[in-house]
Amino acid sequence: MVGFYTVLLFIFTGAFLVSFTVALSRFFAPTKQYPEKLIPYECGDLPQGDAWIQFNNRFYIVALIFLIFDVEVMFLFPWAVVFNDMGLLAFVEMFIFIVVLLVGYAYVWVKGDLDWIKPKPRLEHLAKGKGE
Amino acid sequence: MIQLESFLIISAIVFSLGLFTVIYKKNAVGILMGVELILNSVNLNFVAFSKYVDAHINGQLMAIFIIILAASEAAIALAIILNIYRNRASVDVTQLDEMKH
Amino acid sequence: MEANQILFIAIALLTVLSAAMVAFSNKLIHSAFALLATFTGFAMLYVYLSADFLAVTQIVVYVGGILILILFGVLMTHKIYSTTKKTAHNSLIVSLLGGILSAGLILFIISKAPWAPLLAKGFNPTTAIIGKEILTGYLLPFEIISVLLLGALIGAIYIARAEDK
Repeated sequence: MVGFYTVLLFIFTGAFLVSFTVALSRFFAPTKQYPEKLIPYECGDLPQGDAWIQFNNRFYIVALIFLIFDVEVMFLFPWAVVFNDMGLLAFVEMFIFIVVLLVGYAYVWVKGDLDWIKPKPRLEHLAKGKGE
Repeated sequence: MIQLESFLIISAIVFSLGLFTVIYKKNAVGILMGVELILNSVNLNFVAFSKYVDAHINGQLMAIFIIILAASEAAIALAIILNIYRNRASVDVTQLDEMKH
Repeated sequence: MEANQILFIAIALLTVLSAAMVAFSNKLIHSAFALLATFTGFAMLYVYLSADFLAVTQIVVYVGGILILILFGVLMTHKIYSTTKKTAHNSLIVSLLGGILSAGLILFIISKAPWAPLLAKGFNPTTAIIGKEILTGYLLPFEIISVLLLGALIGAIYIARAEDK
């Protein structure tokens, strides 16, 4: 239990430092707002569209694969702790577990869900500029 | 020493808030959040009884399996929600009544 | 009152209030971020229940995995520009009635139930015990979990990519 007080202290220190720094700059930094300052920064160009864009579906698929293997890793920790006592039996059991999950990984790989297809850029504004 | 009842009361309140969320929200993702609250409160009950009543840690093992079920449930549910959104451009569950007789 | 108990009350308040924010917040993205505080509060409560491995699992799987997926769901199913609009809701009174009824019923049962004599267990590291249990007594559920995860992975990906072809 004592070890978790360290974790709690760590959380508090982190939260305090971040909020302290943000509050400090809020109080002491001069604030002069004008319209050019409030637009999102896109390397000096004028921003196009909104910051709330629709995500590409493939991000979700990658997140999904991450979640499944995240869960798998949580089982590896207690397994690793007792591995020395259990010996070969523990190895075989975990081997079956991982092989079953690797079938899913192979499926995802073969079906090409991990290949990244870039979205086609919309060039409507260029076409319009040419026509005029 | 913290009593068993205090954990049960927290769990009961969060469970009711989750139930409220499930009834109140029309957005499918909001309903999923309510389901997650309910699953968490059930987990808390399991772990509390595992500490105070059970001599072994069966409750904790049950809680681990519930967490994993919750993970796969969230993955499937969000995939279905995304598919609905793609076909209907809306995730309002009150409008999904095409299969109603 | 000990410092331990004050800390417990603070954690309980964090958990319950952020859960209330999930329920009552009008914007879905606020609910999603309040859910972060709720999950973390539950992890802290698990530490009080001497479930150290479970607390870490809660953080890794819920905060690191499920919450990310829910945030993806929020961001991908909102129409552009509709994020500032309030979301539609069902009847508040009926929902409140359901919530209050269930809370009242459970709290009534808690206050009336004759509990078994409580054990005063100390704090023990649980990771090794859990590992042993998974590989012996709970072996069948453990292996079935792998099949479940396989089914969830393939099924969810099949549904999610339906359109891409």
